[in-house]
Amino acid sequence: MEPLLKVTGLKKHFPIKKGLLQRQTGAVKAVDGIDFEVLPGETLGVVGESGCGKSTMGRLITRLLEPTDGRVEFQGKDISHLGVSGMRPFRRDIQMIFQDPYGSLNPRHTVGTIVSAPFKLQGVEPEGGVKKEVQRLLGLVGLNPEHYNRYPHEFSGGQRQRIGIARALALKPKLVVADEPVSALDVSIQAQVVNLLDDLQQELGLTYVIIAHDLSVIRHVSDRIAVMYLGKIVELADRKSLYENPMHPYTRALMSAVPIPDPRRRGAKSDRILLTGDVPSPIAPPPGCRFHTRCWKATDLCKTQEPPLVELRPGQRVACHHPENAELLTIPGARESVEITKAETKPEAKAEAEAKAEVETPASANADADADAPTEGGDAPKA
Amino acid sequence: MTDKLTKTGAAVGEPVATGKSAGKSAPSDAFLDVRDLKIHFPTDDGLVKSVDGLSFQLEKGKTLGIVGESGSGKSVTSLGIMGLHTVGQYGRQKAKISGEIWLNGRELLSADPDEVRRMRGREMAMIFQDPLSAMHPYYTVGNQIVEAYRVHNDVDKKTARRRAVELLDRVGIPEPAKRFDNYPHEFSGGMRQRAMIAMSLVNNPSLLIADEPTTALDVTVQAQILDLMRDLQKEFGSAVVIITHDLGVVAELADDILVMYGGRCVERGPAESVFYEPQHPYTWGLLGSMPRIDREQTERLIPVKGNPPSLINIPSGCAFNPRCPYADVPKGGITRTQRPELAPAGDRHFSACHMPQEERTRIWTEEIAPKL
Repeated sequence: MEPLLKVTGLKKHFPIKKGLLQRQTGAVKAVDGIDFEVLPGETLGVVGESGCGKSTMGRLITRLLEPTDGRVEFQGKDISHLGVSGMRPFRRDIQMIFQDPYGSLNPRHTVGTIVSAPFKLQGVEPEGGVKKEVQRLLGLVGLNPEHYNRYPHEFSGGQRQRIGIARALALKPKLVVADEPVSALDVSIQAQVVNLLDDLQQELGLTYVIIAHDLSVIRHVSDRIAVMYLGKIVELADRKSLYENPMHPYTRALMSAVPIPDPRRRGAKSDRILLTGDVPSPIAPPPGCRFHTRCWKATDLCKTQEPPLVELRPGQRVACHHPENAELLTIPGARESVEITKAETKPEAKAEAEAKAEVETPASANADADADAPTEGGDAPKA
Repeated sequence: MTDKLTKTGAAVGEPVATGKSAGKSAPSDAFLDVRDLKIHFPTDDGLVKSVDGLSFQLEKGKTLGIVGESGSGKSVTSLGIMGLHTVGQYGRQKAKISGEIWLNGRELLSADPDEVRRMRGREMAMIFQDPLSAMHPYYTVGNQIVEAYRVHNDVDKKTARRRAVELLDRVGIPEPAKRFDNYPHEFSGGMRQRAMIAMSLVNNPSLLIADEPTTALDVTVQAQILDLMRDLQKEFGSAVVIITHDLGVVAELADDILVMYGGRCVERGPAESVFYEPQHPYTWGLLGSMPRIDREQTERLIPVKGNPPSLINIPSGCAFNPRCPYADVPKGGITRTQRPELAPAGDRHFSACHMPQEERTRIWTEEIAPKL
């Protein structure tokens, strides 16, 4: 299937300027080279901790920001550097739902004005008139169409989020990017909005990119999931593989950190991997694998060689030299592309291999350098 | 100090609260005993009944988790226990508080404000949600901890500094002696929350109230802080009240759970029975609304319909009635305007619902639990 959205080598560096002359002294590497595709009709979940670049990524693919490098292709057309007028036809097809239902609605506009703004901006005259269409949209998202003339402050948080959704759907977009659509809402309201997004997708055949930090929400809504860490995608897989057999140590740690709402599982906490320390600064990300400063499996190789995002199992791409659940590698060649050696590797051999890896080219280094055999988390720090 | 309201409603929960004429009842055996607590705020729009008759007990070394959505009165309860509503920053719109709060055999609401102030920080301490706004930006983290210590202990600065460094070290701040002189903005979110925990523990309080301690943090940092809190409780043996909207966090830490809705307790009991045999339709709604990370879920979520009630206009009778999917189940002549009281629903388990308990057990086991 032709992807709806294709992202290659996408980068966004925000310059840091200092001094009288505003010389650039560095850059915040918010998004630093990511590749992914979004297929029509699917939901891609993007998850990561704060500062990992997931929101910047969302703003890049909706072209609210211009990428520093790389390409964003929408239906095969490169939109990465289009200007305001060049982007306009695409704005109909790509819409965004924002996190903050308070900040994203103009308090001095009525709901009618807010939801009809896309028609005005695009010069679209919907069938039956703007007002009728807006009322239909309000009904579609579960609001009372008679509230057309009310102001945002008259609505609760969940209802405002519905207004934002109605506005995003006004022009019948193909791709909807939702940046933390439910994180500002209470649990019971959150479930209402999650169900609404689900229904709308089935009804209107929408494609979603949903950005969230909540792994439970992401598991519920996504078909495929990208896990981001410090501006990079570390793992990209379908939901089932990712949650049942995470292969990147960061994914595994992230998932084990989520408190499970089940008091009987309290005893099972020994599975928890406690990451120490904080996420490093995106101004000066660590060399090699960005996760090596917090990874319990890191070797010297990780400090120097950046692992590429490669498909290790069908539908599961991982950027790691020493993946978890490695016995599941089924793709021929995948085993060679990451260094997986059996546990019997002798320590001396290991040291040698590592020394060798440093002088060899990346590809061959990947193949014969070694590391700890991924022993099912046996070497993971226990909580 | 406080405007006393006339006590009209019967006490909720254990029959400990007394009528108005009896005055304060006997000291409680429980370490923390809150009886029929009401905290109301007069506003121009009407009386906001943030907490409207809340009772619970907590023993030393145990953790109580208070769950509820925004506006259910969780945070107001915690500030009420700390005596922070009576400090007077509300001016003429001072909170009206009634009921009793017994801490270690002393009643706090009728106590002299000076006495409560001496207890605050020493016997009861609080961890706030947002450590950046809870700390003073102009003072170094260390000095703020030193101040908290010296207010209650007559020691010189050097001793206090040693104590502060020791605690910073205990809560897992690397190079504590160096970090002592940092300002709050130089700490990361997780580190700040650790520093705040250090500050709250500096006087070995026997009651610790944590109001959404991990809500502002990332999951990996949250896991670190929850772990730390569990260890510290074991070490210090204090009673902990943890307030959160995250059922995962309570499942992890709490021995007992209290579910609040519209300023009242709708269900309370040991964590396990609240999760496995919940007896209130609102608790069912919370459990059904929650996407699960630990299982593959193909079904839709089962949200609670509608919105939380306004605290000015709490529905008479059961506050949950307008949103309750079982509001039409016959309840043997009980009218909608009758307020359900907390009634025993199992071992140490209480719930406030008019539906007969057999009916609720049936609904939970047959209709709700299989869908979760």
